Amino acid sequence: MSPIAARWMIAGEWGAHPARVIVAALAIAVGVALGFAVHLINASALSEFARAIKTVNGDAELQVHAVTPLGFDEALYPKLARLAGIAGASPVVEINVVADTPDHPSVTLLGLDVLRAVSVTPSLIGERLASSAPAAKTQTGEANPAPSTSDEAFDTRSLFLSQAALDASGKRVGDDIALSADGRTLPFTIAGTLPGVPDNQNVAVMDIAAAQWRFGSLGRLQRIDLKLADGADEARLRKAVAAILPANAEIADKETETRRTDSLSRAYRVNLDMLALMALLTGAFLAFSAQALSVARRRSQFALLRVLGVQRRAILIQVLAEGAIVGGIGAIVGLGLGLGLADVALRLLGGDLGGGYFYGTRPQLIFAPEAALGFFVLGVLAALLGSVLPARDAARAQPAIALKDAGDAADANAVPGALIALALLLAGAVASRLPAVAGLPLFGYLSIALLLAGGVAAMPMLARILLAPLQRFTFAVPAHLASKHLWGAPSQAAIALCGIVASTSLTIAMAVMVSSFRGSVDDWLVQVLPADLYLRVEGNDNSAFAPEIQRKMAAAPGVAAIHFRKITPLRLSPDQTPIAWIAQHIDRADPARSLPMLGPSLPVPHGATPVWLSEPAFWLYGYSRGDWIDLPAMNASAGANGNPANRVFVAGIWRDYGRQQGAIAMDDADYTRMTGDTLRSDASIELAPGTHESEVTAALRAALPPSLSGRVTFVESHSLRTLSLQIFDRSFAVTYVLEAIAMLVGLAGVAATFSAQTLARTKEFGMLRHIGVLRRQIVAMLAAEGALLGTVGVIAGIALGIAISQVLIDVINPQSFHWSMETRLPLTLFAVVAVALILAAAGTALLAGRRALSADTVRAVREDW
Amino acid sequence: MQALDTAPNPLLSVKSLRKVVPGGRVLFSGLNLTVNPGEFVAIMGESGSGKSTLLNLIAGLDVADAGSITITGVALDTLDDDARTLLRRSAIGFVFQAFHILPHLTLAQNVALPLVLQHESAAEASSRANQMLAAIGLPGRGADFPRQLSGGELQRVAIARALLHRPGLILADEPTGNLDPDTAARILDLFAKQVREAGAAVLLVTHSTVAAAVADRTLLLTPHGLITRHER
Repeated sequence: MSPIAARWMIAGEWGAHPARVIVAALAIAVGVALGFAVHLINASALSEFARAIKTVNGDAELQVHAVTPLGFDEALYPKLARLAGIAGASPVVEINVVADTPDHPSVTLLGLDVLRAVSVTPSLIGERLASSAPAAKTQTGEANPAPSTSDEAFDTRSLFLSQAALDASGKRVGDDIALSADGRTLPFTIAGTLPGVPDNQNVAVMDIAAAQWRFGSLGRLQRIDLKLADGADEARLRKAVAAILPANAEIADKETETRRTDSLSRAYRVNLDMLALMALLTGAFLAFSAQALSVARRRSQFALLRVLGVQRRAILIQVLAEGAIVGGIGAIVGLGLGLGLADVALRLLGGDLGGGYFYGTRPQLIFAPEAALGFFVLGVLAALLGSVLPARDAARAQPAIALKDAGDAADANAVPGALIALALLLAGAVASRLPAVAGLPLFGYLSIALLLAGGVAAMPMLARILLAPLQRFTFAVPAHLASKHLWGAPSQAAIALCGIVASTSLTIAMAVMVSSFRGSVDDWLVQVLPADLYLRVEGNDNSAFAPEIQRKMAAAPGVAAIHFRKITPLRLSPDQTPIAWIAQHIDRADPARSLPMLGPSLPVPHGATPVWLSEPAFWLYGYSRGDWIDLPAMNASAGANGNPANRVFVAGIWRDYGRQQGAIAMDDADYTRMTGDTLRSDASIELAPGTHESEVTAALRAALPPSLSGRVTFVESHSLRTLSLQIFDRSFAVTYVLEAIAMLVGLAGVAATFSAQTLARTKEFGMLRHIGVLRRQIVAMLAAEGALLGTVGVIAGIALGIAISQVLIDVINPQSFHWSMETRLPLTLFAVVAVALILAAAGTALLAGRRALSADTVRAVREDW
Repeated sequence: MQALDTAPNPLLSVKSLRKVVPGGRVLFSGLNLTVNPGEFVAIMGESGSGKSTLLNLIAGLDVADAGSITITGVALDTLDDDARTLLRRSAIGFVFQAFHILPHLTLAQNVALPLVLQHESAAEASSRANQMLAAIGLPGRGADFPRQLSGGELQRVAIARALLHRPGLILADEPTGNLDPDTAARILDLFAKQVREAGAAVLLVTHSTVAAAVADRTLLLTPHGLITRHER
């Protein structure tokens, strides 16, 4: 077709039915906006996180990290420093401390050898200010900096704080500040600032020897920063470093931490992206509805064009071009909306979106042109996808027949085909059985898309089956006509339904998954929170309770039993985020009393040290019950029964929704024996009968040193459970929003479809009016059709949704987040969705019908005379 | 009497055409027809005798079970769908009973469509369409939309569209079937005048003896072919 003719045809069609074009474009826009916004928010948060990590790590080209906060022997430092190819090595002590100020901000304290660090990580070198008072500022308002003197740099009480840490603690240079870590609180004087550290990072720097001495970690390092000599072969050097590393240290580079966090949060981010893309898929189904109806209505127009000499492929291209233009307009609008949405979300929610991976970050919005282009293409593709079948139908129509038969071409006796639907559903089932790709459940998402397509393709057959029983009964005229119309034209019914079936099934699937997850988390909380009271320390202090404090607390009045716990990060693989190493009381004979076990726990071989892996750790590291693991935190000297001291036996798997990176639990006596670490991070308390929790709380506070007493929080078991469920609900708030939007898009599609179908049936209504059917009877007929369609859509949507939910529960969640759950059906929600959808469908059909009947329907049949 | 070849270089030549409809009924068999340039031929027949099907076969919109159709020396059975479409675009004009005027295009755009499809410029096509609209009695109405027109006016537009690109052959399927007798008579006169001025041949399918009366030849379609009823 010539471009001019194509332009005339498209402009003419859209000019006559702008609302339908707008709805289809908006459906695409919503999907693109959600996808783009989620992408921008995640990208901005990741970028911010990478910046934060880079700050703490300084400018080191290569680093050696401890696999736990316990650190490694500092004897490693001279060995590394002497390696050929190393231009400089800077030993670092890294401790998470809490400032003893009203807000108790967490600060990363770095102990540096300034003389070494100045050449390896110069951005971490402190700068002394001439004075902290306002008067010290210059006339331009700038502070008057001066390099730190060696006296201050080596002073055991001096430290340098980043501007963010100063702001968070409400202190100024020259002030005293107390810092708590590892069960002790120590006084310091702020000697200056850290100008190389960005504004939003809480970092403190002090002399390394002072840090080791004052925090009781003499001889231990958490990190060694390395600077490579010019021209050094990094790959060869890495091998040389790895060869001399002990088991409790590993090589890392600038990107390692970012990569680990990226891998941890990737599944969550991809899931959000996929949810947003599901909205886009719903948009594709709506584009299909709009195009299919438009093509059906224009059958005779396309036939005329064919008669006038337009080739089949030109018709095909025209319909596809219409889809692409709608998709393009929708995508451009969607990109703008997405940008605005991301900006608002970052301002209101930060970069976290409820997932907990970037908690507390306030990233700046970063525009991503490649992603914008990608989502634009996706928007156009979605609309094109929705246009393929209508375009093919338009091109394949026989012009001679289509010209004669300008009306409803449906054959009421034709049996709808089910082969394609069955093939798609079968392919979906097969895809759901395939493993993850690069840690992502790509086949799971493909399975959902195939199930959706199969479900929608099955709609004509399903509509025929569901409506068949009604054909045996005789109803009042409106209901009778409605039932006959839908039964006789199931393909039209399917077109009207596909958007709503897609959105309903996705909503139902998400609702079933969230309900199942919430129920399983609730059960899990009951199992993991058996005590009356729980005690936590604010900040990132996991070594607050020294043995003496533990003894005093155990002796406090009203305490029937107190169990201390230690949670410390342990790196089992350089490519993974550290798992949580949990030391707590575990009954070897019956570990299910202490942990929510999945399956039985194996008998522990004589002399072995048993551990129990969390479900995510089981998935991530591939260990099974009965395996032996050499923990990297300790030296592999001989232990009991000839086993190396660091070798542990995997006795069982337990359910853990709290730590996606995985956890390894062992009895705390074994932990102390293996590590020598007696400090603990939190506690659970069982109250003596007849005692009130407030009395016990007061007694426990009294047993704590003053520096700790103000930082501990007591939480009752049920409050902790309520709080956890609130956090859960907040985490899923984004998905609720996406579900609601998908439903609204689906309902908009129903309205647009009904409107188009009723307008296309004006002649039919005119004929009915001629033979004596009352106007109100036609309106009632349309309402009945809407209600029947809504019912079919709800039945199909719920059935399909439950099938898709099983993919989410049994494939997507285990492959993305490495946890399982039991299915729970939210029946109340099903009922609400069903009633709302049926009423909405009937209502929109009614409105569309009244509009159609307001035109001169009687005149509409004149051209048939 | 069968309608046989009468000229050495006919515009349209149909030989031994056979068409069977789904269900096995033979619509016609052994059908022969020749139409010479500028000739006006009417075909009559009972409802369901296959008049419209014959037009569809000649237009390349349907495929015969046997026989051949040649237009301007080109045998349709040697052409694929695209080539038949291009031949239809350049060599044939159509007038339908139900007008088939596109509702979202202006009258000028509707009339200009065949020229635009042949990649004529929009300005040239529009200018010629407005001239043609004036010639058929709708001067200055090029910017109107079809919903503003009566049935007779719509059929005038359809005639203008069929003639604008100067095809050699016009296929008309009951062009006055939807019109009252007075309007039908005026439209027929106009149609005959315009096609003769354009020098086009016409194959007119109709039930109406009044319509058939304007033709040079009138043929009756039977299952065994075409029989000449009237020849001027």
